[in-house]
Amino acid sequence: MSTAPSAIAGPGPTRRGIRLPQWVALGVLALFLVGAPSFVDSFTLSQILTKALWLGIAAASLIFLSSYGGMISLGQTGIYAVAGFTMANLVHAAGGKNLGWDPVAGTAAGIAVATLFGVLCGAIASRSYGIYFLMITLAISVIVFYFFAQVTTLSGYGGIRSVTPPALIGNPVANPLPLYYAAVVASVLVYGGIRYLARTPFGLALQGIRDDPARMQALGFNVALHRTLAFGVGAFIASIAGILSVWYTTQVSPGGINLAQTINILIIAVVGGLYRLEGAWIGAAVFATIDNYSRVWMPNVGDWLGPSRFETVIGVIFLVIVLASPGGLVGIWESLWDRRTRRLAPILAPGIPAMEVVDDAVDHTAAV
Amino acid sequence: MTASRVDLRMAPRILLGLLGLAVVAWMANKASQDGRLFWVVTLNGITLAALFFVVAAGFTLIFGLMRVVNMAHGSLYLLAGYIAFTLQGNWYGVSSNLLSSTPATVTSWIVPLVVATIAIGLGGVLMQQVFLRWNQGQDLRQALITIAISVILADQMVAHFGGIAEAIQPPAAWPQSVSLLGVHYGYFRLVIVVGAAVAIGALLFLAIKRTRFGMIIRAGVDDRSMVSALGVNIQLVFAGAFLIGALLAGLAGVLGGTMLAVQPGNDSAFLLDSLIVVIIGGMGSLGGAAIGSLALGLVSSYANVYLAFGTTDLTNYSILVTFILVVAMLAVRPLGLFGRPA
Repeated sequence: MSTAPSAIAGPGPTRRGIRLPQWVALGVLALFLVGAPSFVDSFTLSQILTKALWLGIAAASLIFLSSYGGMISLGQTGIYAVAGFTMANLVHAAGGKNLGWDPVAGTAAGIAVATLFGVLCGAIASRSYGIYFLMITLAISVIVFYFFAQVTTLSGYGGIRSVTPPALIGNPVANPLPLYYAAVVASVLVYGGIRYLARTPFGLALQGIRDDPARMQALGFNVALHRTLAFGVGAFIASIAGILSVWYTTQVSPGGINLAQTINILIIAVVGGLYRLEGAWIGAAVFATIDNYSRVWMPNVGDWLGPSRFETVIGVIFLVIVLASPGGLVGIWESLWDRRTRRLAPILAPGIPAMEVVDDAVDHTAAV
Repeated sequence: MTASRVDLRMAPRILLGLLGLAVVAWMANKASQDGRLFWVVTLNGITLAALFFVVAAGFTLIFGLMRVVNMAHGSLYLLAGYIAFTLQGNWYGVSSNLLSSTPATVTSWIVPLVVATIAIGLGGVLMQQVFLRWNQGQDLRQALITIAISVILADQMVAHFGGIAEAIQPPAAWPQSVSLLGVHYGYFRLVIVVGAAVAIGALLFLAIKRTRFGMIIRAGVDDRSMVSALGVNIQLVFAGAFLIGALLAGLAGVLGGTMLAVQPGNDSAFLLDSLIVVIIGGMGSLGGAAIGSLALGLVSSYANVYLAFGTTDLTNYSILVTFILVVAMLAVRPLGLFGRPA
């Protein structure tokens, strides 16, 4: 994928509409998400589920860009940091500008500023592809980190604390339930929104550009503009995650948006599956679970391993996934599922297989 | 293409040109007010640029030949610093604490430097052989692999070396400062680091332009498959290039650890610096790395001091100037000064 991503790489599983097993899975998932507060204690709800949901949205913005736009962006952390810091400076908080805006207005302004910043970054990076794009967006994220680390009038000394969330969310430490449901609703909207966008003319053109930018240019599409706008959409999604993350921790600090966090979002996306939207939340759930429990259960092995060596654990998992399965956990699941369905294909679906549905991005596992 | 469209395309360049002129005028004004300060700030920029060049030369060499973006380059840099620092303490009893430390000699600086550099060089080749050799050509996947390695290395370095900033001690026999055009400036920064950068630049230039190995490397940059079809063992050349790249990261790590500090976070800082240098200069170009380093070193050094207008002190925002530098370069040349399409 150095210059032009290769075209479709052979037949993937056919996905016209939603099949029965998927309806069942969706139903179970919906029941689980709605009912989780009644059978999960509030610590797990907050530390794993809510965290996985907002991290999932951040990773989804990356996966949206990579699976539909062919752009692997490391800039998402920088963008959600802009959203979080903008909001935290505008509302009542300890540290920062503390301008005392209404939290809802502050949130809207945060998302708007971050989206605009994203469009600007997109305009800078849109003429670069593949590994160059990765490097430029990485530079954007790291520069945003250094900016907030240096400019203490905007980031407080060591962060902005006690950021006021809207009344609807209340205090997430005392009552994690409203924030959990907000994260569920946001995740569903983001997921549905991306799937919808992929079927619009804009989304179709974007996928065309992913597969062959030169040909789309020749067909009269403004490739740079499409990629810039797609980056703006990704920035919008990332900024939602940024807002949720500030509500979740009630604070925002440069330490939370450093290179490690930039890479954590990438790890979540890659572990889940860089080319399937669902992978964002799967990767985030795995990440939050390991993050939480490795700090409790990890035995000490010299200086090499121990409860505080979470980054080593997640790094090794990341390495194994990248080496073994470019499609991440979703990729492993799908190759197992494919093998099963291929064996059972004559029984399950007699007749000619349906045409590939356009928004199907699974074929690009071959491109990494 | 209509006339108005041509004008629109020229607009960013004209704007940038005007901006550049304004910056030069501002700097000239500042220089005429306090020539000594200007000279010191310039030397700061040049010495920083020398360090950036040694780091980025290895980064760009590996990329130019193998299309591998080694995201663990900053980790190799930092690890070399830690190895040299530990060796200096364990073998020679030299430590950051100047009260209890024995003064460093030339031997107790050079030996850790050589050992750390070679160790990092071999470590880099090991990394390439184990993780990168078998997925040649999948540049994104290779970048992800090196990112994973950098995550693990960063965490392990915190575990083994702690989170406190340390410094490798230069030989006590060397003078503290040298006098140059009326100002006293740090001897190590000006003579050793800049000298090392110039020597490495010249050696690499000669090696690439004059030797058989360099000829193969230049051919390999242009067409890998053709070179290997001509009977060259391209895998050996790749390993050699990776060795040189990692050696340079290691050497820079010891130089930087003596000139600045050895501390967690330096890995990402120098990865970012390498990235910016090659984004400006163009990936895979040695001359581009030199110019990119100078641009980055000088711009960040000037911005740290001169970004104050009257009473409004904007030096906190100096990182934005670096950002503007990158943006300006990409707006005019998306592949950097000397970059070529992959």
